[in-house]
Amino acid sequence: MKTRSEPQNVRGTPLDTRALKQSEIFLYSYAPGLRYQWDTGEAMGRYLAELKEGRLIARSCRKCERVMIPPRMFCERCFRPTDDWVYVHDTGTVNTFSLCYVSWDVRRLKRPEIPAVIEIDGASAGMGILHVIGKTAAKNVHIGMRVAAVWQPASKRTGRITDIAYWAPLNRRRRNTGA
Amino acid sequence: MAYRPVAIVGAGMTKFMRRALETPKELAWLAAKAALDSAEMKLDQIDGAVLGSAPDAFDGVHQKGEYLADGCGGWRKPYLRCYVGGGTGVYAIAQGWFHVASGLFDTALVVCEEKMSSCRPHPQAAFISIFDPITEQPLKPNLLWIFALEQNRYMHVHGITIEEIARVSVKNKRNALGHPSAQLGAEITVKDVLDSEVMAWPVHRLMVSPTSDGAAAVVLAAGDVARRLTSKPIWIQGVGWCLDTAYWTNRDLYYPEYVEKAAWMAYRMAGIREPRKEIHIAEPYDPFAYKELHHLEGLQLAPKGQAPKLLADGVFDRDGDLPVTPSGGLLGVGNPIAAAGTMKICELFWQLRGEAGRRQVPGKPERGVAQAWGDLMQVGTVVVVGTKQPES
Repeated sequence: MKTRSEPQNVRGTPLDTRALKQSEIFLYSYAPGLRYQWDTGEAMGRYLAELKEGRLIARSCRKCERVMIPPRMFCERCFRPTDDWVYVHDTGTVNTFSLCYVSWDVRRLKRPEIPAVIEIDGASAGMGILHVIGKTAAKNVHIGMRVAAVWQPASKRTGRITDIAYWAPLNRRRRNTGA
Repeated sequence: MAYRPVAIVGAGMTKFMRRALETPKELAWLAAKAALDSAEMKLDQIDGAVLGSAPDAFDGVHQKGEYLADGCGGWRKPYLRCYVGGGTGVYAIAQGWFHVASGLFDTALVVCEEKMSSCRPHPQAAFISIFDPITEQPLKPNLLWIFALEQNRYMHVHGITIEEIARVSVKNKRNALGHPSAQLGAEITVKDVLDSEVMAWPVHRLMVSPTSDGAAAVVLAAGDVARRLTSKPIWIQGVGWCLDTAYWTNRDLYYPEYVEKAAWMAYRMAGIREPRKEIHIAEPYDPFAYKELHHLEGLQLAPKGQAPKLLADGVFDRDGDLPVTPSGGLLGVGNPIAAAGTMKICELFWQLRGEAGRRQVPGKPERGVAQAWGDLMQVGTVVVVGTKQPES
């Protein structure tokens, strides 16, 4: 019997699902149990503590004069420690957004998630954070839209970025709270 | 600044496939062997090996570089693994370049490999862990988000339409019909793209490159050694790489500053002053259709916001004034994360030697640029190659 010494396909062997279903090929599965517990560091620790209180906080660098959010203990541009804590507003402007119909684990969604980069009022120009827009018709979302954070009730806040449930048009929050 | 001249003397790649029978190690071996065979070289002529391969999380094999070494010609040799997301495929060539340019190695084998299919239910799910664990992961982001956010910003700042962007998919999938390794070569229309499912507006399904399994490799050699090995060495004239801040939400995504910086680093080394005139073929990174345009602008090959118009005018067609992605790119050939950029390097190698078959661009191109990108809108990696040996 002559054994093959060359690989059957010198440029690779595409598989299809039929071959897998008919058990023509062996498979081996493995699900690692990886758990992590991250230290927040001073900057993120304070950021999360302030989120729990219903506030957003930033850090400033006196050298480049940026007010930075998310806050950080060193300025990555000047490469020196940052100087001061600065409270910023929980309002902002949509820099960009998307209407996403696919979840992180590849399920199709009927109603889109609306991720956005929101430039925060009180921080330097262009200082955005990632979050989601909620309770807003997709067709009303636009770049330049003014938005405000809609917070979880105080009793439900635990010190996470999701203590802000979502962002909604600024006018609507003013109408609801009279603020 | 004088560097030892370095040339590409051989190139090889596997097919790019949605799912391959082969293990990661076997994929690397097939590409590495193909590259060596194309240069008619044996492994013992290789002084050092470089591997590019993306997160260990995709394969679930920790210390993946060490695992893959056997397939990359790394047995009992100096060996380097590098990774900068999708930028890896071009970055690894720069790493191989300085092995040889330094004078420490006469030859180097650079292999880039990716097997994405092992990650269940879909390789996409592995990407959640590239986002910041505190400020971003709790929002359950996915990779479509960052591309859609960037595409929207790019469109908004310049007033670019989805139709203009869709033309990239049409061009690249058509170009890929001429590539023997292509996963998704096809003849489609702009209408097909616009009719395809909206994944994350403004991104449509036919604007997204696939996940793929595959590997690509090149052999590098120094000056005299290169000329002995082949009559048509393709010289590395410039290399560049640049990483921007991981705070991607603090940046305006409409323009990739880090690609521009990487490009000028490579152009300066190559003595290029007017890239648009001096580059004859471009292979920018195209994981999403708009990215090709975005990157062409970063590469200084189109003014800001003007790439879509040049595309519509036919400038970037295979027989246009500046052929762009004659390979068919990630959209057409496939996107095994680390290997895709190396596929583009291989393409320039074949194009500049007149060996690109059905994909051959006309005329006698003498100089090309390949660029890859990766991470959270963060890295630009650029290599300029040409038929003329750089002056020492």
